[in-house]
Amino acid sequence: MTRFPHRHLLGIEGLSAGEISLVLDLADSYVEQSRSRERKSQLLDGRTVVNLFFENSTRTLTSFELAAKRLGADVINMAVQSSSVKKGETLIDTAMTLNAMHLDALVVRHAESGAVKLLSDKVNCAVLNAGDGHHEHPTQALLDALAIRRRLGRLEGLVVAICGDILHSRVARSNIHLLNAMGAHVRVVAPPTLLPSAIERLGVEVHHTMKSGLKDADIVMMLRLQSERMSGQYVPSIREYFYFFGLDYEKLAVAKPNALIMHPGPMNRGVEIDSEVADDFKRSMILDQVELGVAVRMAVLDLLTRPAREGRAA
Amino acid sequence: MTSPAAPAAAPASPARVAYVNARLLDPATGLDAPGALLTEGTRIADLGPRLFADGVPEGATVVDLGGHCLAPGLVDIRVQVGEPGEEHKETIKSASRAAAAGGVTALVVLPNTDPVIDDVAGLEFVARRAREVRLVKVFAYAAATRGTEGKEITEMGLLARAGAVAFTDGTKPVTDPLTMRRALSYAGAFGKLVVQHPLEPRLASGVMNAGELATRLGLPGVSREAEIIMIERDLRLAEMSGGHIHFAHVTTGESVDVIRRAKARGLKVTCDTAPHYFALTETDVGDYRTFAKVSPPLRGEMDRRAVVEGLADGTIDVIASDHWPQDADHKRLPFAQAAYGVIGLETLLPLTLELAHKGRMTLLDALARVTCRPADLLGLPGGRLAKGGPADLLAFDSDVPWTVDVSRFKSKSKNSAFEDRPVQGRVLRTIVDGRTVWQAEA
Repeated sequence: MTRFPHRHLLGIEGLSAGEISLVLDLADSYVEQSRSRERKSQLLDGRTVVNLFFENSTRTLTSFELAAKRLGADVINMAVQSSSVKKGETLIDTAMTLNAMHLDALVVRHAESGAVKLLSDKVNCAVLNAGDGHHEHPTQALLDALAIRRRLGRLEGLVVAICGDILHSRVARSNIHLLNAMGAHVRVVAPPTLLPSAIERLGVEVHHTMKSGLKDADIVMMLRLQSERMSGQYVPSIREYFYFFGLDYEKLAVAKPNALIMHPGPMNRGVEIDSEVADDFKRSMILDQVELGVAVRMAVLDLLTRPAREGRAA
Repeated sequence: MTSPAAPAAAPASPARVAYVNARLLDPATGLDAPGALLTEGTRIADLGPRLFADGVPEGATVVDLGGHCLAPGLVDIRVQVGEPGEEHKETIKSASRAAAAGGVTALVVLPNTDPVIDDVAGLEFVARRAREVRLVKVFAYAAATRGTEGKEITEMGLLARAGAVAFTDGTKPVTDPLTMRRALSYAGAFGKLVVQHPLEPRLASGVMNAGELATRLGLPGVSREAEIIMIERDLRLAEMSGGHIHFAHVTTGESVDVIRRAKARGLKVTCDTAPHYFALTETDVGDYRTFAKVSPPLRGEMDRRAVVEGLADGTIDVIASDHWPQDADHKRLPFAQAAYGVIGLETLLPLTLELAHKGRMTLLDALARVTCRPADLLGLPGGRLAKGGPADLLAFDSDVPWTVDVSRFKSKSKNSAFEDRPVQGRVLRTIVDGRTVWQAEA
């Protein structure tokens, strides 16, 4: 497969293993480019990429900005205040306005599930979902997959335990879809209050203890727990949560001896992950994830702008 | 309260009209036979298979229905209008036009307007606007609690005297059990029922059916239990208070089961559902389709089937359109932010007929759910072909196929969940008090 047959990247759900591999293979080449002295190319010379963020983000925004710039694109970052009650109205209005400016790619983050899809219906350029509500965060799952593949050489057959606030996590959903498509065994580990209903229907094994969930796992993927969800709404307290679900060496002991640790960041040290584990350079892939994020986003920007660059109809 | 009997500028009811060559359908009596019907002024003067055997009476206008159906006009007991307060979404006039085009000759509006209809003046306003429009019969619920705030019961006696057909907080559930108990017992003393929107709000903070699809879409779900629990609670309160509880739009199999058992025990309980709950499922939400965002949410296929079953066995008494107009700005939003509601006045007939076309119910049984049953439930005139009764009639072609095209609808809002759906059965003529208020283009 050499062609990515989708106009937008709104989610991982619906992508085939071949399409995912296409992105990862291309991303591999961009890792090399980023590490070389000639890290900037002219591929997207004269093209315009807008990062439209309705939700605060430093990491993802920086990563997308860097990716577009390394490909030579003109990049504009727009942070839209989404605090107003009528934020949805500005969504369509903003989309129409931007569309009139002839963009080549629009990278969107929004606090509402489905907002990026809604916006993609109103514009002519490629749209990349940089995270929508609790729905999907496809480039995060792709960079996670790339990190695993580069370390272990494959995804198929691996046991991946995704731990923590699955209920509110777009990262978890995208990873579940991707890992299943690539033939990994996915487990989710969380207290029942942090699991969405019928999560097992997404093809995952459900565990409520770290002991059973991490047993013989190749990869332990930790999720961030928002502080406002820790005081009695979903879990009784931070200390209780860390006691049962925080990742430390003791809980990690049941996983495979060289099991790798991932976290999409930003981490809550002492809440979902112990500092020692997070900083264990042999086990933790947290910094790999950050590096590979740029390469994956370069690959996606490349693939989604190809039809326009090659003069084909998008 | 609002029978448009008062003199008005619109053309008066013609003296005598003879509807001949009709298939007479009266769900109340089980009549299904070729025949004719004569209206005199606002009343049905006579009907039957052998009527006019000796010729049509002199001076009567003759309408040849070409063998098509003549039934009581539809009675829709759950309609939201935007008047007063949100006239850009729907006025009593636009809702009346939509009703007439949909074969609905009587409708009951919810009190969720701005201001809320919770006093006599509010009812009189609706009645006055309906008289001015003078198309279909417009009745009104009054709020069960002041401002639909769920705290203090309204002046139910005075409201009943002023024409309130029943009490409900409409799109809002009465959540406080003590308030509900009092509303049920107090309304019961005036012979009125209380209509509940059965959702326990603490369990219903989501925006679509809880389950796999909501999880995939990353949307918070409304569990089926949120509805079932409220129904179970209110059945206890109804039993305790002796009042009559009516549940609007039931959507789950267990809701139907619970109500079926309560009826068997002799409780004063009735319920309705809306076409979207027997014709659509949560998969119609698909890729964040806000036009399929309703409250309670569309459920799964097993529940849809259970609702059809409940209709077929009579547990569900009534089909109401649950017409809730919304303008595009309130629907073209991310799913969780979009407004609830679909319009339904102009699709009520074909979607109800679908139950008969699919063999789930007889034609008469299906029609009963939108004619005599709702009329009897709320004590409204019409809903049957009765000698001396009001000439509120609907002529329709039961089989003609067509495709729903919302752009042709009379409703001011276009938020139908049925756009492009192939349906069967079309209104040919809508008659209110003997007067044709809508007629299909030839």
